[in-house]
Amino acid sequence: MDIFLQQILNGLLLGSIYALVALGYTMVYGILGLINFAHGDIVMVGALVALSVVTALGTRLPAPAVLLIAAAASVVVCAALGLVIERTAYRPLRRAPRLAPLITGIGVSILIQYSAALVWGKQYLSIPEIVKPGKIEFGGAQITTMQAFIFVLACAIMAALLWFVKASRMGRAMRATEQNPDVAGLMGVDTTRVIAFTFALGASIGAVAGVMVVLYYGQGHYFMGFLLGLKAFTAAVLGGIGNIPGAMLGGLLLGLIESLAAGYMGDLTGGVFGSNYRDVYAFFVLVGVLMLRPSGLMGVGSGDRA
Amino acid sequence: MDRRQLIITAATVITALALGACGDKAPAPASKAEAPKAAEMQVVKIGVASPLTGAQAHIGIDIRNGVQLAIEDANKAGVTIDGKAVKLEMVAEDDEANPTKATTVAQKLADAKVAAVVGHFNSGASIPASKIYADAGIPQISPSSTNPDYTLKGYKTTFRVVAHDGQQGPTLGRFALNKLKAKTIAVIDDSTSYGQGLADNFEATVKAGGAKLVAREHTTDKDTDFKAILTKIKGKNPDLIMFGGIDPQAGPMKKQMAELGIKAQFIGGDGMQTPNFIKLAGNSAEGAMASIPGLPKDKMPGGTEFLAKYKAKFNAEVELFAPMGYDAVMVFVEAMKRAGSADPAKFLPEVGKTDYQGVIGPIAFDEKGDLKKGPITIYVVKGGKWDTLETVTPDAAADAKTEPPKDAVTK
Repeated sequence: MDIFLQQILNGLLLGSIYALVALGYTMVYGILGLINFAHGDIVMVGALVALSVVTALGTRLPAPAVLLIAAAASVVVCAALGLVIERTAYRPLRRAPRLAPLITGIGVSILIQYSAALVWGKQYLSIPEIVKPGKIEFGGAQITTMQAFIFVLACAIMAALLWFVKASRMGRAMRATEQNPDVAGLMGVDTTRVIAFTFALGASIGAVAGVMVVLYYGQGHYFMGFLLGLKAFTAAVLGGIGNIPGAMLGGLLLGLIESLAAGYMGDLTGGVFGSNYRDVYAFFVLVGVLMLRPSGLMGVGSGDRA
Repeated sequence: MDRRQLIITAATVITALALGACGDKAPAPASKAEAPKAAEMQVVKIGVASPLTGAQAHIGIDIRNGVQLAIEDANKAGVTIDGKAVKLEMVAEDDEANPTKATTVAQKLADAKVAAVVGHFNSGASIPASKIYADAGIPQISPSSTNPDYTLKGYKTTFRVVAHDGQQGPTLGRFALNKLKAKTIAVIDDSTSYGQGLADNFEATVKAGGAKLVAREHTTDKDTDFKAILTKIKGKNPDLIMFGGIDPQAGPMKKQMAELGIKAQFIGGDGMQTPNFIKLAGNSAEGAMASIPGLPKDKMPGGTEFLAKYKAKFNAEVELFAPMGYDAVMVFVEAMKRAGSADPAKFLPEVGKTDYQGVIGPIAFDEKGDLKKGPITIYVVKGGKWDTLETVTPDAAADAKTEPPKDAVTK
C-alpha cells in the first residue's frame, strides 16, 4: 500500500506542475479562443532564467533568498515575454481567420526555442544543489521537503488565481471579455488591456512552474518546453479548455494517470505495455475523454465562438 | 495597404533566403585561403562523428578533442606515406546522438571523401552509419560503441577499440553475482540500441547465475522523471538496480532513488562512468558503480601522459573516450604508412592487421573487427570521484559460452 501511496504522491506533484502550465493555455483560450503554442517555451525560458540566477548567486546568499530572486527574475522576464508575444504576434491577427494565429504560435515557439539555444547552448544544464534535501515520511511513502513545498506553493497559486478571477475587478473584466469581448468593450472594459494582462498573468504562472520544474529535476534544457507544453495542453483540454478549475483538475488528473499507469500497467498487461509507454497513457486518456465528452471534464458545451 | 503588405512580404522572404544562403557561404572563403598552402602537401582527411550538441555532447566533444590531439601530434611529428609528406586534417561532424542524423552525417563524410572515420559514439548511431561507410569503402573505428551488432553485420570496414557488451554485460553480471552477492535484481534500460543491448546481456547473465529478476523497466534517452518506475521497483525491494543507459538519465535517476529512500545498490555501464554523472547526481552519487571497456586511465600505458597533454591543451578533464579517439587516429595513420597509401581501398586490409601499442594499451583486431583482449574496469564513486574497483580481461572465446572464463583480475 505504501507503494501505491508513493505513486499517488508522485502523481500529484507532477500533476500540480502540469496544472500550473495548463492554466496559461486555458486562460488565453478562454479570452481569445486561440491556443498559444508558445506557452510551453515561455515556461522553459522561466526555468532557464531561474537556473542561471541560481548558478550565478550560488551559496552567497541564504537559499530562500536565492530562490526568491530567481523566481522574481523568471516572472519578470516571462511576463515581459508574454506581453511582447501578444503585442507582436497575436494582436495584429485579432480579426484574422483562426488558423493564422495558430501557425504564428508555432513559429513563435520555434523562435523562442532556438533563441534560448543561442543564449544557453544546447547542452543540458544542471542546477547547483543549494537546498539540502530533507525527507518527510508518512504511511511508508517518502517525499522531500522541496517536493512538499512545490506542491503547497502550486495549490496556493491555484487558489489565489481562482479568488482573483472571482473577486477582483480585473478578474471580473477578464470574465466579461471571455464571455463576449465586443459587449464587454461596450460596457467600458478595456479589452486590449485585459488581454495583455491575461497573457502576462499566464506567463508569470508559467514562469513559476518553470522554476519548480528546474528545482525538482535539477536540470534544464532548451527543448524541455516542448513535451511539457504538449502534456499541459492535453491537461487543459482534458479538464475543459477555457475553464480555469478544469485546467487544474486536468493537470492533477494527468499527473496521477501517468504515474499510476507507468507503475502498474507493466504488471497488468504482463509486460506488453511497460513503463516505456508512460507518455502514451496520458494521450490515450485524452482521446477517450474527448470521444465521450468533447468539451472536456468540466467544460460547458459552448456554441461556436466565431 | 495591399501593395505595402506585398512589398513587406517580399522583403521578408528575400531576407530569409539571404540569411539561409549566408550560412553556407562562410566556410567557402576560409578554404580558398587554405588551398594554396595545401597544394604543397597531400591532405588526408580524417572524419570524426559524435554528438557535439545535446545531452551527450560532453562525451562527443571529448572524442573529437582526442582525435584533434592525435592529428596535431601526428602532423607535428610529420607523416610520410610512400615517401611523400602528408598533412592530416580533421573533419568533425555532429550526429546529435540521433540514428537518423548519423546516416546523414555519414553520407556527408563519405561525399567529402574522407580517408577514414573515427565514430560514432552511440551504438545506435554507429550501426546505421556503418552501412554507408561500408558501401563507400571507408574504414570506421568506433572509440566507444559497445553493442555487439556493430561488428556482426559482416562489413569489412567496421572496427572498434573497446570491448563490447557481449563482454561488458556478462562481466557486470558476474560482478553483481559474485562480488556484490546480489540475489534480487531490477533492470532498467533507456530503450536505445546501446542501453537495451547492455541490459539484455546483463539480464541473461544474472538469470543464468541464479539471481531473481524482480523488474525490467524501460525509459527513454530524453526522460528526466523516473519516480514512477523507481517507486514500482522500490515495492519489489531488490538488492541491486542496474541501468543500461547514459549519464543524463543515470544522474537524475540516482538522485531520485535517494529521494525515494531506495536502499538498493546502483550499477551501470560505460555510459554513466563520467564526471558528469557525479555532477548530476550530486551527493547521492556515492556508492554507484559502473564498468567501462578499457583500463583505468592512469593505468593505461600512455594514460598519465595523455591526461596531462589533454588538460594542457583543452583545459578540461578527459570525460570518457578521448584516449580511444586518439588511438583510433594513430591506428589509421600506421595502417596508411604500412600500405604506402592513403587510399581507403589500399590501406583497409592493413587496419585489420594492426598490432599497435596505443595510449590505451595493445590494439589488435579479430576477424570481426572487435578489439582483442579488451579489458573491462569496474569503478565505484567514492568521496565524489570515480575510484577503480577491479579490472577484468575477459577471454573472448570463453564469453561466448556462459561459464566463468579465465578472468585475470588485477587491481
